[in-house]
Amino acid sequence: MTTLSGAFFGVIRRDLSIAMRHRGDLLNPLFFFLIVVTLVPLSISPEPARLAAMAPGMIWISALLATLLALDNLFQDDFTDGSLVQLMLSPQPLWLLVLAKIIAHWLVTGLPVVLFSPLLGLMLSLPEEGFAPLLLGLVLGTAVFSLLGAVGAALTVALHKGSVLLSLLVMPLYVPVLIFGTSAVQRAVDGMSYGGVMAMLAAASAFSLLVAPFAAAGALKVGING
Amino acid sequence: MWQWFHKLGSPRWFYQISGKFLPWLALASMVLIVTGVVWGLAFAPEDARQGNSFRIIYIHVPASFLALAGYYVMAAAGAVGMIWKMKLADMVMVAAAPLGAALTFIALFTGAVWGKPTWGTYWIWDARITSMLVLLFLYIGIIALSRSFSTRETSTRACAILALVGTVNIPIIYKSVDWWYTLHQPATIKLTGAPSMHPDMFKPLLVMILGFYCFYALVLLLNTRTEILLREGRATWVKELAQPK
Amino acid sequence: MFQFENFDAFIAMGGHGPYVWGAYGLSLAIMAWLALAPLRRQRVLLATLRQRIQAQGQRGKG
Repeated sequence: MTTLSGAFFGVIRRDLSIAMRHRGDLLNPLFFFLIVVTLVPLSISPEPARLAAMAPGMIWISALLATLLALDNLFQDDFTDGSLVQLMLSPQPLWLLVLAKIIAHWLVTGLPVVLFSPLLGLMLSLPEEGFAPLLLGLVLGTAVFSLLGAVGAALTVALHKGSVLLSLLVMPLYVPVLIFGTSAVQRAVDGMSYGGVMAMLAAASAFSLLVAPFAAAGALKVGING
Repeated sequence: MWQWFHKLGSPRWFYQISGKFLPWLALASMVLIVTGVVWGLAFAPEDARQGNSFRIIYIHVPASFLALAGYYVMAAAGAVGMIWKMKLADMVMVAAAPLGAALTFIALFTGAVWGKPTWGTYWIWDARITSMLVLLFLYIGIIALSRSFSTRETSTRACAILALVGTVNIPIIYKSVDWWYTLHQPATIKLTGAPSMHPDMFKPLLVMILGFYCFYALVLLLNTRTEILLREGRATWVKELAQPK
Repeated sequence: MFQFENFDAFIAMGGHGPYVWGAYGLSLAIMAWLALAPLRRQRVLLATLRQRIQAQGQRGKG
């Protein structure tokens, strides 16, 4: 565990194995996602045409909320049991270890949401053309949610009841992703090309990848020392 | 140069110098804003299409300017405080947040009131209004975060990080909302932005913008001075200041 | 040049009176509060500080 890559993959492996031990926690965001989407036809209309018109937006918003719900756990448990402080004292650069934690977290929360989304697309009668951009967009979009959300999670880690505050802090930052993500699906459904929008989404996630680990590492140092 | 920089970082020095500027700033903003309000309300010609409701522009536009500029002021102060550990910059950042939020609210409120006689509705999801709303949310996040830590030091550092992340995002948010609006622009409401302005309409606007800048500087100084007293309560010079004469 | 025929017309603003005056009124009220609130807070801060100093002084004598 002395080399950089050793530490990086070590953190990922550790977080994944901890997640596997608490499988219930893993499923919760998925059920949340499913239930929110179920409420849509119940509260608006079961009519397929109306549902199809709302499907891209509803699926994206529910995915956003589901990943937001899971963000709380990104650093919380490690902070409580003290392993987060150990991580910060290790000789490896903190941003790298934070990035490893974000990746592990995305693998157990973001990725399942992405894989689950076609099912919800079916339930909301999303037209066939919409599925590919929905999947691709959610892969990029949930990555941004996890990356930017990590900054908020790091800032609020030492606070009691930080979860509402966390959503308050990061949701405005999610606006561009939501706009590009939903319109990619919408364009595909309308028979237009969605390559340009997807490129914007890819740029947003690349940009977050560049900024978020550093900001989150800085935020951890501030949040924990205080 | 460094000595000057060091001096600027000293809250005591800043408190004394800013005290000398305050009356002048107060006077300037008062004169400019009163002139601008009277000129805008009574003497500027009315707009051919919008009638007198157009006069709201004299509050709306300056407030919108400073709402956005205020976020950058806050983030820049936060960055300076973080990099050079300058106490004064931290206090400026804390002082800028509620001021910016209030101006954002004013911009949104006047926009909504202006919308009713112009478009027949208080709220439309126009690109600029929506961006302004997101800006308000960003400010609210900063204020909420600053209130949830027990120590001032931590809360300031945390807010600085959030403000910087927000600053990086603001252009992206604005561009994306703009783009979103062009997709969904309702056909019935066609907005061409500000009406083409006659010089007689533009001059009071200029006065108001200047007045708002002075006002912003004034309140920022006042808030910073309050913050200084709050944080430096144990310093001898503050105690001397509080001493009954 | 004054744009209105008389004072009543000025208040009515061609039917847009409530909107214009409402927008100006609330905005200027918020701005006045923005400027006055820190002044009041400074006064309160200095007053509590003065009380604390006096309390300490009396304790020193007694």
